[in-house]
Amino acid sequence: MAWETVIGLEIHVQLSTRSKIFSGAATAYGAPPNTQACAIDLGLPGVLPVLNVEAVRKAIKFGLAIEATIANHSVFARKNYFYPDLPKGYQISQYEMPIVSRGKLAIILDDGTSKTIGITRAHLEEDAGKSLHEDFHGMTGIDLNRAGTALLEIVSEPEMRSAREAAIYMKKVHTLVRYLNISDGNMQEGSFRCDANVSIRPMGEAKLGTRTEIKNLNSFRFVEQAILHEINRQREILETGGQVAQETRLYDPDRNETRTMRSKEEANDYRYFPDPDLLTVAISPGDIELIRVELPELPDAKRQRFIGEYALTEYDSDYLTANREIADYFEQTASAALTVYASASQPHNHNTAKLSANTIMGELSAALNKHNLDITSSPVSPEMLGGMIRRIEDNTISGKIAKQVFEAMWNGEGDADTIIASRGLRQVTDSGMLEALVTEVINAYPDQVDQYRAGKDKVLGFLVGQIMKKSQGKANPQQVNDILREKLKP
Amino acid sequence: MHNHTLTELSALLRSRQISSVELTEHFLRRSEKYNANLNCYITLTADMALAQARSADAALRQGGAGPLTGIPIAHKDIFCTDGIRTSCGSRMLDNFIAPYDATVVARLQQAGMVLLGKTNMDEYAMGSSNENSYYGPVRNPWDQQRVPGGSSGGSAAAVAARLTPIATGTDTGGSIRQPAAMCGITGLKPTYGRVSRYGMIAFASSLDQGGPLARTAADAAMLLTAVAGFDPRDSTSADQAGEDYSAALTRDISGLRIGIPKQYFDANLAAEIKEIITTAVRQLERAGARVSEISLPNTHLSVPVYYVIAPAECSSNLARYDGVRFGYRCDQPQDLADLYCRSRSEGFGREVKRRIMTGTYVLSAGYYDAYYLKAQRLRRLIRDDFHTAFSNVDVIIGPTSPTTAFRLGEKVDDPISMYLNDIYTVSINLAGLPAISIPVGFVNGLPVGMQITGNYFSESRLLNVAHQYQQMTDWHKRMPAGFN
Repeated sequence: MAWETVIGLEIHVQLSTRSKIFSGAATAYGAPPNTQACAIDLGLPGVLPVLNVEAVRKAIKFGLAIEATIANHSVFARKNYFYPDLPKGYQISQYEMPIVSRGKLAIILDDGTSKTIGITRAHLEEDAGKSLHEDFHGMTGIDLNRAGTALLEIVSEPEMRSAREAAIYMKKVHTLVRYLNISDGNMQEGSFRCDANVSIRPMGEAKLGTRTEIKNLNSFRFVEQAILHEINRQREILETGGQVAQETRLYDPDRNETRTMRSKEEANDYRYFPDPDLLTVAISPGDIELIRVELPELPDAKRQRFIGEYALTEYDSDYLTANREIADYFEQTASAALTVYASASQPHNHNTAKLSANTIMGELSAALNKHNLDITSSPVSPEMLGGMIRRIEDNTISGKIAKQVFEAMWNGEGDADTIIASRGLRQVTDSGMLEALVTEVINAYPDQVDQYRAGKDKVLGFLVGQIMKKSQGKANPQQVNDILREKLKP
Repeated sequence: MHNHTLTELSALLRSRQISSVELTEHFLRRSEKYNANLNCYITLTADMALAQARSADAALRQGGAGPLTGIPIAHKDIFCTDGIRTSCGSRMLDNFIAPYDATVVARLQQAGMVLLGKTNMDEYAMGSSNENSYYGPVRNPWDQQRVPGGSSGGSAAAVAARLTPIATGTDTGGSIRQPAAMCGITGLKPTYGRVSRYGMIAFASSLDQGGPLARTAADAAMLLTAVAGFDPRDSTSADQAGEDYSAALTRDISGLRIGIPKQYFDANLAAEIKEIITTAVRQLERAGARVSEISLPNTHLSVPVYYVIAPAECSSNLARYDGVRFGYRCDQPQDLADLYCRSRSEGFGREVKRRIMTGTYVLSAGYYDAYYLKAQRLRRLIRDDFHTAFSNVDVIIGPTSPTTAFRLGEKVDDPISMYLNDIYTVSINLAGLPAISIPVGFVNGLPVGMQITGNYFSESRLLNVAHQYQQMTDWHKRMPAGFN
């Protein structure tokens, strides 16, 4: 039987506010346990929450970026349940009136087609603390540093039809929140994690199957694997006449399987009700416009612009716009590379743009990977890289020599011009000098010259190689080719 | 010395006729002496009080003193006090030393007041008789076999017996006004949001409001002036500065429009109380006020609505007392469920548990709409009643409580009858309005209180009316026997 998969994601994004959503305590990651939890985070008797306006601004930014409705009035509600790392016995969240609703996000599937995923809502809430089960001799330790950190929970419509689509969507949201600078998106530190709701139904069936919820997936790979596993599990159950139980499941990446966390019967009744300690959040159209003008160029727009403005391929544009830092690096490199050619009629030289893209995706990305560095901490700045590309473009160096120059720049020997000068890498373009070299080689390899003249074209490459070698790579290859062909003419 | 009003004490201190240390010692002596009978205080802070009195005297000498500098006060044990046990009348917080000051406490300390101690109260402010305290009931100074009212019973009894010149209280459904009425003193519940709730342990957040329990309206005005005003730490505090509430006390009340709700004077009200209130209103009429009958048609809904909303909020507010981070923790918990279950079963008293269960029920899936949501809708109707009324009158006057102080134990097994004691007070909290209770007479030697309710932020007006009444009468000067 053919089955259709139905997936919806709830993504939890930790907002990069300096203080917590309802208290003044700091949010920095990795501090010693319970050193970043104030009286409010501890839920001491008598304390009251005060909303961090920055969190609201960040939520609005996200809402605008997904073309959603921003609520003029939104309400914080209490989600009541007992857990040791939940200090107040309730989480302040949003329930009936979230700040963001009815948005959408376009994703590009592997076959190149585009699909729009509906986003039901995005609401603000506070994070809980952490339970620490090691080091306490059979007891549990509680670290409340994370308690009260601002989260945006982004709930999609159940519109994804494969594990791959879910992973692509999650990546897209990740790219977006980083572009908007509303989250550091750090998945290892839990700043970006998701729960997946998965069900399957016979192809063509309108009614949804019973779903399970897989909790706390913190990598794109895990999302895909966990969902794939869950689809197979559900299919096996249904094909052997069983019924899928509505439950919450945990994914174990080591064993690549999901297992029951709690059943529907054990599910909490959260007893949501509006938090009487907080006022309704009123947002005027004017407030929204002020935030709209601050929005950066979004990934899709940037991608289209790169294709149009720099004549890049879709593949290159995708790569370069995957995050804002790479995109910025590229644009700075391309503009540094092109000073010579820039004019009003031709603001970008497509050739330098392509060279910039190739170098970033090639040498630079390899070097960054090798040293495990982020592009923002690259020892080669975009200006330096652009300077090097300019020297390729104006034939001062060849592409091959450029690799040497790049390595030297990476090692801190200065910018391209300094390195070219100090290492004497300037390309030889003096035709007198080149002709002398060519003659020398023709004389040294009479057999090969005969072979070429007899029609063995491949031999030309060998001869060019010898000439280049004699020039220590500095001869202009194109010129050498031209001169050689000329001299070998019968 | 203990019969002076705040205004008088302030003058005596500033003219150096008495020192704050003398005054503090005097009230501490009285508090120690009479607390054995009345059980007003949970904690007396004698050493701290004397230290504060000494700095107040220094300020008085150096001229850096305000009107309240050096005057002793007692705080209801619901206000967090840095370094002092803040029990909220509960075994749950018997071991809780607050690490910070409530805004009310901080502002009064800033004003130079001297803290004598923390007063007894119904556990988590839940009760109308002060019999729900882990520390035992408070006794009414007018008749020690009777309750002082609640939940601010300790504060009311302490002010009535002159164990402190003034005290703070909190009022969620009448907890300042009803004990003030039963103890023959003046109690003001300000507009919701007028006084910061920061550091005031929450019972029902949308109803709780702190305020003064005082001997006179003028004293209450002085205290309110010091504590009112926006607090950035309380999102629900009104975003406007406080006022000088003493400024309008002496205003003439001729032309004042008084509304008398007919629903307040039905068969449930004891005839003697009705008579006394009518007399008091006539007194105001003689001073130029105009009286008309008004209708608050949804009055009968206020107790049921209150006993859905307040428990709902309390069930959530009290979830933090779980034995994990502070407060009572049961011995040798076997596992997490056992820790929660026993810590809360053993740490909370009967009435608190009753309300947590009621509140949990009304918020549960399947019951939310029928109870909580419906109660919120009816709450709006109750508020609208007042809104309509205030388009025709300036203040609404009625009894504070349907009875005078009842006997200890009389209603402990009958929660419904206990809840109905709040019939005139709870609607004010549901609407968020200010109201003051002042003594207006006696029935069988027990004080009767009259409630004056005003529109939002009309505290100045209420204090003015109450003060004018107190200029014409001496009920507020009566003192229970045996405390000289």
